Amino acid sequence: MATEQKPKSRFGMVIDLDRCNGCGACAAACAVENNVPPAHPTATDRTGLTWMRVYRADNRRPFPDNRSVYFPVSCQHCGNHTPCMAVCPQNAVDINPETGVVSQIPVRCLGCRYCMAACPFHARYFNWFDPKWPHEMENALNPDVSVRMRGVVEKCNFCHSRWQAAVARAAANGNHDIDPADYVPACVEACPEKAMTFGNLDDPKSEVARQSKAPIVFRLLARLNTDPKVYYRSDRDWVRRLGDTDVAQGESEVSRG
Amino acid sequence: MKLRGFIPFGVGLLVALGGGWFAVPRAMYRRTEQPIQFSHKTHTSEKVGMSCQDCHSLSADGKFSGIPRLETCAPCHTEPQGKSAEEKRLVDEYVSKNREIPWLVYARQPENVYFSHAPHIKLAGIKCERCHGPHGSTGRLRSYEQNRISTYARDVEGYSLVKLNAADWQQGMKMNDCSHCHQQRGVQESCLTCHK
Ligand code: HEC
Ligand code: HEC
Ligand code: HEC
Ligand code: HEC
Ligand code: HEC
Repeated sequence: MATEQKPKSRFGMVIDLDRCNGCGACAAACAVENNVPPAHPTATDRTGLTWMRVYRADNRRPFPDNRSVYFPVSCQHCGNHTPCMAVCPQNAVDINPETGVVSQIPVRCLGCRYCMAACPFHARYFNWFDPKWPHEMENALNPDVSVRMRGVVEKCNFCHSRWQAAVARAAANGNHDIDPADYVPACVEACPEKAMTFGNLDDPKSEVARQSKAPIVFRLLARLNTDPKVYYRSDRDWVRRLGDTDVAQGESEVSRG
Repeated sequence: MKLRGFIPFGVGLLVALGGGWFAVPRAMYRRTEQPIQFSHKTHTSEKVGMSCQDCHSLSADGKFSGIPRLETCAPCHTEPQGKSAEEKRLVDEYVSKNREIPWLVYARQPENVYFSHAPHIKLAGIKCERCHGPHGSTGRLRSYEQNRISTYARDVEGYSLVKLNAADWQQGMKMNDCSHCHQQRGVQESCLTCHK
């Protein structure tokens, strides 16, 4: 399954950074959808969990010329030499042949964290603690996403359970192909600024495919040539240049090891 | 002389093997009885005349109804229709108290597995019997068996240790069993196809 074959479709998104105001609704919606537990009391920036992290960066100019930008960063779903997949000794990471989504199967994961070291985007997170929810919240967990345990890695999978539900809905009506409007990840749905556009990048009719070809669109660390399926968009030159630096080292509230 | 030593050894070996063959699955699995002795035979018989879809159906949003809830049974069982003690118990303990029946699902997969009936029964047209055996025509419910260590249901792990003469469903529904059929039928899969 570590073979690289061309998937039937390639789902991805374009995030408009000029619209994003850093509110974090995407991260909150993601955590609720995917049963990401509330932070452990002793968790730090380095040991906490989130599948979608909003980084802040700025143009490093003094007031009054200072401008900032927010980068929502989830797994970038690399399609070329997917670094995490290449290093996983367990075969716990593969690419879904239907969607191009990079998977992470916690029950197979042995917790070596090679994938975290390999990931250029710091998009993978390790469960340093037993997941715990306040008692009432346990009843509100999403039954379509399994809960992870301490000692394994997890990350975004473009809300794969929503893809599974869309496939089942299509199948119940006798269709092999889903209705594209039927598969939208929680973060995209939650964004109050409508800054995120999601869909099949290989479908020339889709909005996301059209947007991803715009000249002001770029990808993080494009020089690594990992073919990420998450695109960013900004009219501002200095923002686009940030895509070539490690966002985590930008001036941000965040420092990760 | 040599033979005299061999016979007790052979007999001992056979007893040990046979005993193990017989005892291990029994020791390995905890047996629990279903809360109500439900008979598929009675309900799909001409007298009652129900069909599978009356109780197990696929809805347009892709969800399979699974085991019917009490509201499906209640219209016919507010009062006992026959003389069976089991039916009386159904009425007294569940229907009149409006309490759901805590059925044990023989085919239950572990929590991290994603399975959906829709592609299998609607698109691929696979019969219930392929995966569940003749359950839909049984007159008595067998006990539910659960592995004491893995906590997996026996129907997942399979009944046949040697896989001789076993029907497909008796081989179980482990990861390999799912994948084996998918490969035979050319279904593209990856970990996230069946895991959540
Ligand atoms: C009157 C409603 C009713 C009808 C009609 C009915 N079933 Fe069921 N079915 C049930 C109930 C209740 C259960 C749970 C108890 C049990 O395991 O048998 C069940 C359980 C099952 C299961 C077991 C699932 C598991 O793994 O635990 C299968 C398989 C099944 N039914 C198949 C069928 C088939 C095939 C038919 C048509 C021939 C059918 N049923 C008709 C009510 C019904
Ligand atoms: C369409 C009406 C109908 C529905 C719906 C129905 N039953 Fe029955 N049930 C019958 C009839 C008729 C009998 C046979 C009574 C007799 O002659 O003893 C019966 C008998 C039984 C018996 C007694 C054992 C036996 O096999 O004779 C049990 C237990 C039972 N039903 C459980 C259920 C459960 C549980 C459900 C809901 C999943 C259900 N029934 C739904 C009509 C129905
Ligand atoms: C390809 C194999 C397959 C086929 C075909 C199949 N099933 Fe199932 N069924 C399963 C599996 C696997 C489960 C356990 C699902 C789980 O635990 O998530 C299951 C679960 C069930 C359950 C219990 C569901 C619940 O959650 O309460 C019922 C009832 C059932 N099946 C009935 C049927 C009937 C009726 C048919 C035929 C129309 C059928 N199945 C066809 C594999 C199959
Ligand atoms: C008897 C054969 C058979 C068995 C056993 C079987 N499957 Fe399937 N499965 C199929 C076929 C055929 C399809 C393709 C249906 C289609 O799209 O036409 C399929 C499709 C699927 C799909 C949808 C894939 C997609 O994205 O389109 C899922 C999920 C799935 N199977 C999970 C499972 C799991 C989990 C098990 C074991 C518990 C299992 N299957 C056992 C035959 C089988
Ligand atoms: C065709 C469906 C299917 C596919 C594809 C699949 N699995 Fe599974 N997997 C299952 C089923 C069903 C089970 C539960 C039964 C069992 O343990 O065999 C399972 C169980 C497991 C378990 C054991 C979990 C436990 O708690 O014991 C691990 C680990 C696992 N799968 C990892 C993977 C990985 C990694 C991949 C991708 C390389 C994968 N699976 C692909 C169906 C599948």
